[in-house]
Amino acid sequence: MSTPTKAVAPLPTRPRGDVRGARRLFLVRELGIALVLVLLIAVTTIYNPRFLNAQSRKDLMLGASILVVLAVGQAIVVITRNVDLSVGSVLGLSAFGTGKLFLAVPDAPIVLALLAGVGLGLVCGIVNGALIAVARVPALVVTLGTLYVFRGIDHSWAAGQQINAADMPSGFKRMGTQTLLGIPILALFAIAVLLIAGYYLRSYRSGREMYAIGSDPAAARLSGIPVGWRVFTAMAVSGGLAGLAGVLYAARFGTLDAAAGNGIELQVIAAVVVGGVAIFGGSGSVYGAALGALLLSTIGAALPVLRIDPFWQQAVVGALILAAIGMDRALTARIASRLRGRRATGA
Amino acid sequence: MPEHAINGAPLLTLSGVSKSFGAVRALVDSKLELRMGEVHALVGENGAGKSTLVKILAGVHAPTGGVLTLDGEPRAFAGPVEARAAGIAVIYQEPTLFPDLSVTENIFMGRQPLRGLRRIDASTMRRRTTDLFTRLGVHLDADRPARGLSIADQQLVEIAKALSFDARVLVMDEPTAALSGVEVERLFAVVRSLREAGVAILFISHRFDEVFAHCQRITVMRDGRWVSTDRVEDLDVGQVVRRMVGREISQLYPKQETQPGAAALEVSGLTRQGVFEDVSFTLRRGEIVALAGLVGAGRSEVVRAVFGVDRYDSGEVRVDGVRLPRAKPAAAIAAGVALVPEDRRQQGLVMQLSIERNATLPRRWSLARLGLLGWGAEREDASRWAQRLQVKAGRLSDPVSTLSGGNQQKVVLAKWLSTEPKVLIVDEPTRGIDVGTKAEVHRLMSQLAANGVAVLMVSSELPEVLGMADRVLVMHEGRIVEEIARDRADEESVMLAATGQRQGGAA
Repeated sequence: MSTPTKAVAPLPTRPRGDVRGARRLFLVRELGIALVLVLLIAVTTIYNPRFLNAQSRKDLMLGASILVVLAVGQAIVVITRNVDLSVGSVLGLSAFGTGKLFLAVPDAPIVLALLAGVGLGLVCGIVNGALIAVARVPALVVTLGTLYVFRGIDHSWAAGQQINAADMPSGFKRMGTQTLLGIPILALFAIAVLLIAGYYLRSYRSGREMYAIGSDPAAARLSGIPVGWRVFTAMAVSGGLAGLAGVLYAARFGTLDAAAGNGIELQVIAAVVVGGVAIFGGSGSVYGAALGALLLSTIGAALPVLRIDPFWQQAVVGALILAAIGMDRALTARIASRLRGRRATGA
Repeated sequence: MPEHAINGAPLLTLSGVSKSFGAVRALVDSKLELRMGEVHALVGENGAGKSTLVKILAGVHAPTGGVLTLDGEPRAFAGPVEARAAGIAVIYQEPTLFPDLSVTENIFMGRQPLRGLRRIDASTMRRRTTDLFTRLGVHLDADRPARGLSIADQQLVEIAKALSFDARVLVMDEPTAALSGVEVERLFAVVRSLREAGVAILFISHRFDEVFAHCQRITVMRDGRWVSTDRVEDLDVGQVVRRMVGREISQLYPKQETQPGAAALEVSGLTRQGVFEDVSFTLRRGEIVALAGLVGAGRSEVVRAVFGVDRYDSGEVRVDGVRLPRAKPAAAIAAGVALVPEDRRQQGLVMQLSIERNATLPRRWSLARLGLLGWGAEREDASRWAQRLQVKAGRLSDPVSTLSGGNQQKVVLAKWLSTEPKVLIVDEPTRGIDVGTKAEVHRLMSQLAANGVAVLMVSSELPEVLGMADRVLVMHEGRIVEEIARDRADEESVMLAATGQRQGGAA
């Protein structure tokens, strides 16, 4: 085989389907969310021009930052055909831990707080990953369990205690409110996380292997991909990012008790799904997930401005998830039929 | 390397290799020798151990005994990665691609060319893919996702993958089973050029015309053992078939002669796109009809459609002249059809429930009084059937999972026999059952037929087919290709029809 094989006479080309069209459809998902987002902002701004003034823009970005960080971690996990339900509890644990750290060492450097939060989250993620790898229990079940366990630890640690913004050093609180070139520092964290994760998934072998695992776990095993190890890594990363989100949460809100981040895991999964990451793994991107998070938090901010009953907010989010899933099915069917070479009707 | 190819030096050998899964011995003292520049055929019946052998070559299974040598050096692979690194590429019957990823990524997954900082070099990867496709003479878009590729194109992607790491041994497990004529030609054009480049190829197939046209040597396996290895020139199809089958039919089959009565089950023109086509047959009372064929011929799919578990696109099923609605198992049961499925653990039994519960499950309504199912009724009924079928169990209240395979099968049979079916469909009734229990199951089926039940039996075991059936319907690639009467049925005639050697007959 060191010498090149003789080329076989090419057979007549058969129609191969509309590959380029199919590829175009792949982009539709992310573009669709971006379009909905732009539309929402436009309509709200027309209704109330103050929606886009400097303060409001900053609030929008601040509100989205934490959700984006969580959504990036969750997207990595979902791409491998797993799910992490414990992120809300990890966030709570890390946020409260950050408060405790500043209570104990009032002049601790911010970097230390960040490292401690990420480290704590990483430990939680490692616990999740180890349980999945060793006990061979589905991630859904493991993280449902640790959702309660981590929250329980948080509660018993807090023992009813509340940490107030006054207990936090002012430098740390400034991190939660200050902007750099008009962009809040917290949003810069989110953007950095997003770009690093996006680049890693795109350009590194282990990143591509995560997609392969989600696409077909059995085939991944046959091609020698260390499936257990990759899933473990994904869970650890998700935990670490939830830990980071906890520190950002502490910086933004200052007032902390054991209930921080309660129930946010469902918002995060909603953001990921709305953002076009297939719940059965293998496709989608962290950029889509981040757009989904941005859309959900913008809806949360826009509905009150539009004077819509907050009750409807949940219904809108629900409808959006169903629409995202419906669109996903429709796109998959259309891509499949294009690739098979049958002309999809319409389009 | 081509100069070595002319010598045909042995490149890979297996000797004395065996593999057991628990108590099941899938491979016993088998051997194989692959030479450079040779296409070597491996043939055998279903369950002869071919797939196990492939998985040993692929590094998926570690052999329990024996030696694998490559270039004369003994080797042991810890996993698929090591086998691949040693230059062994395996193309499975069902290609194992990632549907969401591009063709290029599929070829290089885990071995992507890298640039600085260990990043993937996407442009090099893409260029190498188009080079590979040019070498193979195929037109595939390197950027398209694998989803939606035909089986033939998926196999070409797998071959491109093998080329990409300069595989020296290429194993192909029934690659042509799902291909059309043109696609097969294209595949063999590629295989020929690989052979000329000195690759050793192991080709597993049930299609003798391809084996004889494209291979240099043939190894026959039977019951997990090596039978023979010969040059194709020294063999003919008849010899190969005899070696594949090669067993004496034991007198284990207590077939009672019966007089077939009126038609009980009529199937006409049953078709499901891409699975089976235009399947028609009639089953009369008191008759045992076997549905024979190779794995993947569509036999189980046909009986599942008849029973209403799966849908079908066209055709009809009649029981006693009354048409059954599609895809409604409840209607089939009401009409007197019973199906004993192939996989009793998955489909035939509720493993955690007790023996008596399982045995009375389909009749839970008729046994109940005022909608309540009393233990007494259940137990009494179950014990009657357990006695009749000689189920060996500690207590009837034990979970069914505690029974041996044969006794589990009897519980499944009891479950359906107690509904007093007119038509009994059994899919692989004796798979994984010891010889003694087998005979009991056979006796029971024979007795049922004598009592006027129409029995349709799907079986991959030729002796069972020949011993039990009044008529044999042979399926090949989704069609019934031949109907053979009991007195004309023998191993060769069934095997030849099942491998598509003889077309026509009663379809």
